Amino acid sequence: MAVVTFMSYDGDEHEAPLEEGSSLMQVATNNAIPGIDADCGGEAACGPCHVIVDPAWADKVGRSGPEEEEMLSMNPDRQPTSRLSCQVKASESWDGLTVQLPESQW
Amino acid sequence: MKIPEAVKTKVEAAIPLDRQVQGAHLYDKGRRWLTGTNGKKMFVERPIPPVEDVALADIDLSNPFLYRQGLWASYFERLRNEAPVHYQPNSPFGPFWSVTRHADIIAVDKNHEVFSAEPFIIIGEPPRFMDIAMFIAMDPPKHDVRRRAVQGVVAPKNLREMEGLIRERVRDVLDNLPVNEPFDWVSTVSIELTARMLATLLDFPFEERHKLVEWSDLATSMEQANGGPSDNDELFRGMVGMARGLSALWHDKAARLAAGEEPGFDLITMLQSDESTKDLIKRPMEFAGNLILLIVGGNDTTRNSMSGGVLALNQFPDQFEKLKANPELIPNMVSEIIRWQTPLAYMRRVAKTDTVLNGQFIRKGDKVVMWYASGNRDETVFERPDELIIDRRNARNHIAFGFGVHRCMGNRLAELQLRILWEELLPRFERIDVVGEPEYVQSNFVRGISKLMVELTPKRAG
Repeated sequence: MAVVTFMSYDGDEHEAPLEEGSSLMQVATNNAIPGIDADCGGEAACGPCHVIVDPAWADKVGRSGPEEEEMLSMNPDRQPTSRLSCQVKASESWDGLTVQLPESQW
Repeated sequence: MKIPEAVKTKVEAAIPLDRQVQGAHLYDKGRRWLTGTNGKKMFVERPIPPVEDVALADIDLSNPFLYRQGLWASYFERLRNEAPVHYQPNSPFGPFWSVTRHADIIAVDKNHEVFSAEPFIIIGEPPRFMDIAMFIAMDPPKHDVRRRAVQGVVAPKNLREMEGLIRERVRDVLDNLPVNEPFDWVSTVSIELTARMLATLLDFPFEERHKLVEWSDLATSMEQANGGPSDNDELFRGMVGMARGLSALWHDKAARLAAGEEPGFDLITMLQSDESTKDLIKRPMEFAGNLILLIVGGNDTTRNSMSGGVLALNQFPDQFEKLKANPELIPNMVSEIIRWQTPLAYMRRVAKTDTVLNGQFIRKGDKVVMWYASGNRDETVFERPDELIIDRRNARNHIAFGFGVHRCMGNRLAELQLRILWEELLPRFERIDVVGEPEYVQSNFVRGISKLMVELTPKRAG
């Protein structure tokens, strides 16, 4: 089973199974990963599902699109590989993927 | 005549803010005299008929007494079911569309390419020259630049610095509340706590904090803007006071920093230490706009959620019992209270192009009002939407903060304040009983509780 690791800002690791076609946000919320909220339900319209993709995985996972940028560009914790996890469609071929959570979700 | 932006900016920069407000007041007096409307109120309260007695086409959600008379929920429900994108051609504020379903509201809120926040986010418009530019009523990219300059003050990182201070001030207020006798929760707790918070955010003189509340209340009660009860003479006099007070705050802070005072976590310090905003006082309208937005944004909203929470837990006493047994539900309850109260009823947009929304053809230039208060009672999203359910699974999906680029930037501060309030209330009081009919604000925008008599029963020592 392919697994993704969500790493908190303080370094705590939480693993969750990658379900093909679900968004990373859904993967996180289905597995009660702390620090990922989905206030808008997956519309790229709030922001607290922000994750920072391990740069080694960034090309595979893909970069943020213009819709995500509207929310991300104003975020002080934004990094080059930041994504809104609700906009990342998970793939079972991503076994071992790590994403970092920002210091705070806003 | 259209005055070029650059000239306008230059003129505004040369004239002190308080003088500009006085000029606006003169203009408004002249307008009222010429139009023969001086002393006339736009709105006089009359009983509103039950929604089933009104033709669909005649439903007018801009009536500023719908909330006070307790009819809003039935009006929204009918529109959600029968005309979720509804046109009212003849309101006192002109024609406008009402969007009442959760999903449609998100679609509009997200789409700033089609639905512009300019020039105002209320149904009407403020008196002329009081139409100060605020980034809540600007589209990207202008909006983003302005918002970025001030949002740091309510960023989660800054809030962590402030949490201890907020808690200390909440404790101080709660420890001094009368017990076993009725008092007004709104003025004693909700207004007091939000005033303290605002004074902290702005590093405003603590003993003058009531001024922030007065200014904010004036700014949100303009009858032309949202059907409020304000008298324009009182409004303009208040705004002159505000212009002077805020300018003094800026200069005082600059002098203290220059004299070597340790920089704080407040908004003025933040603005003065950023390259792009250190001369903001020379752009008085932008300066005023930013500060007023923060004051208004942090005042009515949190105040009415603090009052609304007490009211809701009285209407649903089993939820208060559940809370006492499970204090860990507080964070989720905070979201649920914000959903249930929805302190700001709506935000307004203007269509930039012809467009179709849920089957309705909306023309370029039409006003479109997103009724958050209705989206938060949408039965297709929230089960038993009129009830406060403190462990509601999807409480966070409430729409009261808006979505998209204008999403409330103070949302984390609001949640923090409300969380601390309830964390500090629970160990102190066994009961918080509402002991009189609540009184409500006149407005189509602010869903405000103006008076809420309560009686506290302290927890028994031991």
